[in-house]
Amino acid sequence: MFINISFAPVETAFREFVSHYGFIFDAIKGVLLQVFLVPLEDALRGAPPWLILLGVGLIAYHATRHWLPPLFYVLCLYLVGCFGLWDKLMSTTALMLVSTAICVVFGIPIGILISRSNWLRAIALPILDVMQTMPSFVYLIPMIFLWGVGQVSAIFAIVVYAIPPLIRLTDLGIRQVDREVVEAATSFGTTPWQLLLNVQLPLARPSIMAGINQTVMMALAMVVLATLIGARGLGETVNQGIANLEIGTGLQGGVAIVLLAIVIDRITQAYGMDARQRRQRLLKGGSFANFQRTTGEKA
Amino acid sequence: MNKIEVRQVYKVFGAQEKAGLALALQGLGKDKVLYQTSCTLALQDVTLSIPAGQVFVIMGLSGSGKSTLIRLFNGLIRPSAGEILLDGQDVARLDARGLRELRRHKVSMVFQGFGLLPHKTTLENAAFALLTRGEPKDKALEAGRLWLDRVGLKGYEAKYPDELSGGMRQRVGLARALAADPEVLLMDEAFSALDPLIRTDMQDQLLQLQKDLHKTIIFVTHDLDEALRIGNQIAILYHGRLVQVGSPQEILTRPANDYVRRFVEKRAGQPQAAPAEGPASG
Repeated sequence: MFINISFAPVETAFREFVSHYGFIFDAIKGVLLQVFLVPLEDALRGAPPWLILLGVGLIAYHATRHWLPPLFYVLCLYLVGCFGLWDKLMSTTALMLVSTAICVVFGIPIGILISRSNWLRAIALPILDVMQTMPSFVYLIPMIFLWGVGQVSAIFAIVVYAIPPLIRLTDLGIRQVDREVVEAATSFGTTPWQLLLNVQLPLARPSIMAGINQTVMMALAMVVLATLIGARGLGETVNQGIANLEIGTGLQGGVAIVLLAIVIDRITQAYGMDARQRRQRLLKGGSFANFQRTTGEKA
Repeated sequence: MNKIEVRQVYKVFGAQEKAGLALALQGLGKDKVLYQTSCTLALQDVTLSIPAGQVFVIMGLSGSGKSTLIRLFNGLIRPSAGEILLDGQDVARLDARGLRELRRHKVSMVFQGFGLLPHKTTLENAAFALLTRGEPKDKALEAGRLWLDRVGLKGYEAKYPDELSGGMRQRVGLARALAADPEVLLMDEAFSALDPLIRTDMQDQLLQLQKDLHKTIIFVTHDLDEALRIGNQIAILYHGRLVQVGSPQEILTRPANDYVRRFVEKRAGQPQAAPAEGPASG
């Protein structure tokens, strides 16, 4: 009844491809490992924990302009240290930072491109759908062909999984910029670059930051799976828990990931608010005073 | 000498622009073009001469093509056929670079919904045109400050648009357009979104500024009172066609057809300056 369709030739073709162009992937691997991941991971793991905690606190303060939330975030990370998982936390953070950076470097420009052309968008959206719905185990396999078992494969598996929301939300953010504002800016003779940098990207910023936030969250969700192809970090603890049926160990790893997720989520969300909102939060009641003044003017 | 000449301009919106244009050139009206090609005929055979240094009002109800017409002058919309000569240069034939130069130096625009950048301060908005064309930042901001002062917004330089009332926002829009020192100022229903009283204030202010500036101002409105008040000449559009061009006096005393007559009579019936389309109450 069924004609036989097999994807096995894909494998042959892929092997062929890798044997010819493998040097390209080796080069990517080398750069990624030697220039980015290893130095970052060494730095994070080598630095004294209090310095990292202080750094996180300061970044969180810069993002939220409050003292209490940063204190809470620092406490979260301190707790992970108490689990005895500080080293692994740093490995996971390094992995996640590098993956997210790659997502941002590629995702935002792709999102911008898609926002400028309807047919590009029509091509890209189904691809993004596939990337998001394909069971992630499936694309772990070709990653191993390309880079072998290890951190680099893990990074790219994470990128494939985590980049779609950023592309989507960048595209959406730019398309949602008020048309009259764009028209007005154009009417004063902006070049396409001026329009993009001075009008579209700043106004799309909340949406783009939401995309980065989503990307980071998905990257963290992928951390456990990525240990299957050689990622180090908190995922190892979870997998160890599964392998040895140690409920406590697995739970510790899981809770540690959740705590890290909370911290990163809050910080990136805080950056999603525009600079003005944050400034106003600094001047207490500023927004209320503005509200009063505006309505007073109208009355 | 005329600043702007519009010659036999047609504009068709839609997928079958050429087919629609062919029908429009044969003289078929808006309805027939829409029925046969599902294209919208926005402008049909419009020919106009706009003298320098005057306020030229383009009037019509929604859908009459007036917003399309005003966008031809700075190339935001390209005509399907015809010429728009600004100082003898055809705007319709300019490439992207030429259009940019035109918009940066010669023609500025004020929008109905203000079109201010919400993430920039009032001052940065006022200086936007100058910053865009690459003038030094301190000079651009200085000019912006000057123009904000001139439209009566001294002291509001550091405010953001959402902290201002509608009338104040449009003053920023006006300052932004004037700061570029254009020869031609396009105003697309610039005061239509404002309360009636504020609107009258803005009209007065525009006329006051015009006394010194002598810009060529093209002002689009749906409000005959506004047109009569500020226009040296008024052109009336109906379904994309030019119905009448004349001084306010001519429009009032010799309406060209029933459409114009209805406008005028409606106004005569309500002498307390009620506009044809009620403004949003605020």
